[in-house]
Amino acid sequence: MSRRAIFPNRLLPYLLVAPQMAVVLVFFYWPAAQAVVQATLRQDPFGLHSQFVWFENFSRVLTNPFYLGSLRVTLVFAVAVIALAMSVGLVLAIHADRQVRGATIYKTLLIWPYAIAPAVAAALWLFIFHPTIGMLGRTLVRNGINWDYTLNDQHALLLVIIAAAWRQVSYNFIFFLAGLQSIPPSLVEAAAVDGAGSRQRFWKIIFPLLSPTTFFLLIVNIIYAFFDTFGVIHALTRGGPGKATETLIYKVYTDGVINLDLGGSAVQSVVLLAVVIVLTAVQFRYIERKVHY
Amino acid sequence: MTSRTPVIALITLVLAVTALFPLGQRAWAQAPARTQLEFWHAMRGPLGVSLEGIAARFSASQPRYTVNATFKGEYPDTMVAAIAAFRAGNAPHIVQMFEVGTATMMAAKGAIKPVHDLMKDAGIPFDPAVYLPAVRSYYSSADGKMVGMPFNSSTPVLWYNKDAFRKAGLDPTSPPKTWAQLREAALRIRAANASPCGFTTAWPTWVQFENFGALHDIPLATRANGFEGFDTELTINQPLYVRHLQFLMDMLKEGAFKYGGRDGAADAFFPSGECAMITGSSALYGRVAREAKFDWGIAYLPYYDDVKGAPKNSIIGGAAFWVMTTPRRTSDEYRGIAEFFRFIGSAEEAAKWHQETGYVPITYTGMQLTSASGYYQRSPWAELPIKQLTRTIPTKNSKGVRLGNMPEIRVVIYEELEKAFQGQQTAQQALDSAVRRGNDILRRFQQTIAP
Repeated sequence: MSRRAIFPNRLLPYLLVAPQMAVVLVFFYWPAAQAVVQATLRQDPFGLHSQFVWFENFSRVLTNPFYLGSLRVTLVFAVAVIALAMSVGLVLAIHADRQVRGATIYKTLLIWPYAIAPAVAAALWLFIFHPTIGMLGRTLVRNGINWDYTLNDQHALLLVIIAAAWRQVSYNFIFFLAGLQSIPPSLVEAAAVDGAGSRQRFWKIIFPLLSPTTFFLLIVNIIYAFFDTFGVIHALTRGGPGKATETLIYKVYTDGVINLDLGGSAVQSVVLLAVVIVLTAVQFRYIERKVHY
Repeated sequence: MTSRTPVIALITLVLAVTALFPLGQRAWAQAPARTQLEFWHAMRGPLGVSLEGIAARFSASQPRYTVNATFKGEYPDTMVAAIAAFRAGNAPHIVQMFEVGTATMMAAKGAIKPVHDLMKDAGIPFDPAVYLPAVRSYYSSADGKMVGMPFNSSTPVLWYNKDAFRKAGLDPTSPPKTWAQLREAALRIRAANASPCGFTTAWPTWVQFENFGALHDIPLATRANGFEGFDTELTINQPLYVRHLQFLMDMLKEGAFKYGGRDGAADAFFPSGECAMITGSSALYGRVAREAKFDWGIAYLPYYDDVKGAPKNSIIGGAAFWVMTTPRRTSDEYRGIAEFFRFIGSAEEAAKWHQETGYVPITYTGMQLTSASGYYQRSPWAELPIKQLTRTIPTKNSKGVRLGNMPEIRVVIYEELEKAFQGQQTAQQALDSAVRRGNDILRRFQQTIAP
């Protein structure tokens, strides 16, 4: 089938994609190219003096112990957020799938957190966990537990992990629920007839059939944990105490916006850009292949 | 189908073209009779209302210029917005910039127009001597010329809860004067359980380092705190700073001091009654007056009485107005900015702003006008910060701080303090590390300014 038949005019298809291409070029390729250029420059914030320094910014950033520390924080943070958000999302989805009475209310309530802006969500967590003004935080302190995320690395990291995962649970829940509902009941029933217990049915039948969903969510969650958690960290800890919650994306902000180190910040953006490219490539390659059973 | 194609093609073409070449407002908007001056500021809430009131009064006071005040977010956001606009050739006429951005702005020759030159070119008489010395010195170049236009300025003071003092058996009319007395008071407050926390500090770097150095006449950095050149190095690992950090760490261990977080995060602990004492900005007044449900007092910043010459004047914080340039700026626009600056420097406006907001009056004329109105008899709290700012002639250690990338240096100090407060390092290690990392930042600044 020839595609040309759809467009009698040779120019029309190009014109139709032109607005989209213009948007992509202006808002994506151009800034990305600018970041690459900026990464090779030593420049004052106003752009009055600029000097081409090859890869000096790269070597400065990549050998900086604080950058490597931030990478470590990001990995711990990402693994914890993903594990927490996906396991809780799956458990809730399994229960929502079983529940009959009040299921709609239950589902609606679980989906809500996703609609809340990260900064607002973080403010809510602040009112729960702040050692002085938070309800739970105050109770902990009164009962002799020295809870203080403003001055304790582990507490701070734990808090941002919980706050970041909480929001993503909803997203995972929706997809897991949809995945569960698309599994033909006859398969599960057949297994039950053959004498498989509920645990065996889950691990031998349901979980493998969910694997395309799980894999998709894994990629989405990685991207979320790496790139979409700025708001939570900014509102709760601003990367502190010390550098305990400074993830890679937060460091890009601190170095670029607060510290006005444009070269260093651009280098970090370029590195993150490469990470996204790799993740997207992986996603397209494997998801396309595995999504059809 | 085919007859509709050209129409679709035409619409698409128009969309594509407008997406690529956004037409400037200028093409459509009528040429205004009045010259429009863009003014970006960082004051939210009631402060923003007061500030925009000034702009409105100026616009109404004369027929030629309109100042359009726009809120652009917190100070760092406003700074980044102004820088980005400058790089795009679209800088606002005036931008409000926090005090720690001073060195960055001064170094950006070609992006800003010094106030001194602005006034001279416009032929408007401008006498820097009307400004309080601590204010004037902060925004003047090494040869004494005003570069930024000082505006909202505050200075740190000690706020204390008189009810908590009474409950702990302390005299509410004699607040602590020295650090030793403050520690004593905090311990007694905790022992009597008069409040859950004895003492905290807002703006830890501004109060406990920048102002601490000024009060005790010791440098924060070499080259007169950076006023004399970019080749400056931090000196905050000197014995008195180490002693003071150790003092705070000891108080923390005793439960007499609470670390409330970076920047103004600790502000909330005082009006809520949580902490009985706080060293924080004098501009905390608005919040204390509105929220505190107890009898409060204000006192001078504590000092160490065994240090010779202490206490000197404190230094300011807050922000100044900077004139930004673009290649197409007209002399009429500069003239309008100069008129606006003359307006905000007038005694009436300075006094009004001071009384509305709790920021200190930055000019002697504004102070005298306020004083003559009997304001300080009614509100004695408002006069103490001014007395503290003017109690001595600024020395080269109490003129202010002029370090490039100062916001980044503050973050480094916060990080090292937080590690020390958690017991991960000693006071000496924390400050040695802050000096080492801070000096790297200063060298990078020096390289970008003068490659």
